[in-house]
Amino acid sequence: MNIPKHDVLLVGGGGAGLRAAIAASETYRGADIGVVSKVYPMRSHTVSAEGGTAAVLREDDNLDLHAYDTIKGSDFLGDQDVVEAFVKEAVDEVIQLEHWGCPWSRDEDGRVSVRAFGGMSVKRTLYAADKTGFHMLHALFQTSLKYDAITRYDEWFVTSLLVEDGRVCGVTALNIRSGNIHAISAKSVIICTGGAGKIFPFTTNAAIKNGDGMALAYRIGCPLKDLEFVQYHPTGLPGTGILMTEASRGEGGHLVNSKGERYLSEYVPGKMELGPRDILSRSFIHEERKGNVFEGPDGSYVHLDLRHLGEKVIDEKLPFVRELTRNYVGIDPVIEPIPVRPVVHYCMGGVHTDIHGATPISGLYAAGEAACVSLNGANRLGSNSLTECLVFGARAGQVAAQHAADTDFADSASMVKMAQDEQKRIETQFFGNNGKERVANIRDDLRQTMEEGAGIFRTEDALKATCDTIRALKERYKNIGIDDHSRVFNTDLVNALELGYMLDVAEGLAHSALLRRESRGSHARSDYEERDDENFLKHSLAYQTDGDPRIEYMPVTLTRWEPEERTY
Amino acid sequence: MSDLRTIKITVLRYRPEEEDEPTEQTYEVEFRDDWVVLDALNHIKDHIDGTLSFRWSCRMGVCGSCGMMVNGEPKLTCAAMLRDYYPNEVRVEPLVNFPIVRDLVTDMTDFMDKLKAVKPWIIREEEKPVSEGEYLQTPDQLKDYKQFSQCINCMLCYAACPVYGLEHDFVGPAAIALGHRYNLDSRDEGNQQRQHIIASKEGIWECTYVGECSVVCPKHVDPAEAIQQTKVATTTNRLKSLVMPWGNKK
Repeated sequence: MNIPKHDVLLVGGGGAGLRAAIAASETYRGADIGVVSKVYPMRSHTVSAEGGTAAVLREDDNLDLHAYDTIKGSDFLGDQDVVEAFVKEAVDEVIQLEHWGCPWSRDEDGRVSVRAFGGMSVKRTLYAADKTGFHMLHALFQTSLKYDAITRYDEWFVTSLLVEDGRVCGVTALNIRSGNIHAISAKSVIICTGGAGKIFPFTTNAAIKNGDGMALAYRIGCPLKDLEFVQYHPTGLPGTGILMTEASRGEGGHLVNSKGERYLSEYVPGKMELGPRDILSRSFIHEERKGNVFEGPDGSYVHLDLRHLGEKVIDEKLPFVRELTRNYVGIDPVIEPIPVRPVVHYCMGGVHTDIHGATPISGLYAAGEAACVSLNGANRLGSNSLTECLVFGARAGQVAAQHAADTDFADSASMVKMAQDEQKRIETQFFGNNGKERVANIRDDLRQTMEEGAGIFRTEDALKATCDTIRALKERYKNIGIDDHSRVFNTDLVNALELGYMLDVAEGLAHSALLRRESRGSHARSDYEERDDENFLKHSLAYQTDGDPRIEYMPVTLTRWEPEERTY
Repeated sequence: MSDLRTIKITVLRYRPEEEDEPTEQTYEVEFRDDWVVLDALNHIKDHIDGTLSFRWSCRMGVCGSCGMMVNGEPKLTCAAMLRDYYPNEVRVEPLVNFPIVRDLVTDMTDFMDKLKAVKPWIIREEEKPVSEGEYLQTPDQLKDYKQFSQCINCMLCYAACPVYGLEHDFVGPAAIALGHRYNLDSRDEGNQQRQHIIASKEGIWECTYVGECSVVCPKHVDPAEAIQQTKVATTTNRLKSLVMPWGNKK
């Protein structure tokens, strides 16, 4: 068997992965880059991002202000050295993307436009109408096509990271089309697989976001950092979770309760609709408890009212919002308010990396939502994540390429055997055991228990119950049976493998949340309502063990900003 | 609103390891009023028959994965409401004009090759350093190409195109529209490099201007217009070059 070899191998081909691939190929000439993605790269979930990309471009703005907003938004859990590097490099990255053809919206004078966003003190969010992620992803993907050094493995699904002598030396991957498992040898592997929103029932996230890369790293002993922090976006459509972009509030939209009140005046009077997402999502729950919400078939909701913006602004700045509401709920926001409620949107936590995107395991890197470089801390500000993909994708690509330049390939003879063993493992586990458990049933039960225990408000008892349920679900997973035992494009098998990843990430998340006995950012404990800097101004690190995960902690890096009370 | 009704879904099946040619299979699905065709397919996969294969991801009409033929028309199944078909049955088949890999999954290789062939990236003789900031582009200049940049690569236009159905060398609507998108971008200078593919026999000149591509596009891109504009520009350039044979630098 011939084993393909790459200096740098990307797992995931979204915003971070493609940016990393381009950066790696530009870092040294002759570097050979592979991109493995379970979907064609332009299908990656970056495509669904709507509102924009933050960077300091204007005269009324400065780097320290962007840094402070981000740090305060993170509830002081973001590493400040990381934030400082981020705001600085963000500027060149968004310009670079402009040079690569991203169709940013423009002012009359030809400069790229900026709009207001939650938790940002000035207008600093670049945008391409309300399809920013779509345009960024397609600009990156189309640009990547001109790099001959990049080889793609479209619709290949990574099933494990290969480790030899303590370093990552490649992956095993299922070629979905053929059904064969292959080993791919690599000197550096970068995880860019996005978040894990699909472990929750109601989410803006696409079907593909199951925490694959987080679980891959977790399984080889790499810690997952700050997993307990899960962002609810305050404005998703009930039921489907389809995102109504924060830009709709940035452009002046209002949130209104069933009494017709702009209820945020009670919770974030200084910011109103432009408050940070964690606080807005909790405000919804408070209104729900007071009975100030509407009731619908998919649970309670409030109104996002855009009518006063007028048709022209809506069509120019928020055309996708209008398209989505017309198509999916039969509502035209020009004449009616939109029903919205908080839905799971983003994982602040992920694969533990340093400021360069390197994990503690030699040869393994991560960037984007899959990673936790500690930019977002306990709560991410809207429009920082697309920029994060660019800045830390580029950083990870560069250091992974440098590492590759100083490293040799591992022995490929042993990898042939590893691929054969992996094929056997998968066939035995999923085709051979006549299990009775259906993928969809375990998945539904997982989502339900995550919502019950690890939702917007959390308690010790509910989290313990969720940890117990996940343990039981992992037992049931051993008895899984799938209908499809064929090889060609077996999505039943892919879904079963994804479920395994989801269970691992959920386990790390629930246990990290259980042990963080304070409230900070998106992690709100009803039984520990205050932030506790004395005991918890630190990052959690979840390590997989044979039993429950082991949770360790590491300090937060503070540079120039002392933690202070977070009010808006 | 959430009352359940039952609809019949007939799906084309093709499992290359088991059968030589496609068959069909009918399922009965209880659906909610707000369900799309894709929701029914997922219900089938999750609860009735896990062997049914299809692509999907965002379920909000932007990733471009879930294009299929629904009652003979190319559609994004995540944007096709079941209630619009009820009480009639719904037939779901893979996008036509592409080889079938399995069930509702088609082979996209040809499209991916054609996309790359039109060089869909900014081409410049000299790149401005990033440190010098952005290229200025006015809203009017943005408008020149904006609609053609909305393509999500869902390939519905290829399934709708009778020319592509007969002549697979045809570059096709989406790829031509994307090449045209860069030709119209004020930052780009690559028109000439794209001409040999876009203005070739297999490019715009194959198109007989049926216009179905523009009708089925879920993002209101108008590939037929891109092709017309390119034909006019190419003809004008050719006539100009008769007058000024050495002046055609760009």
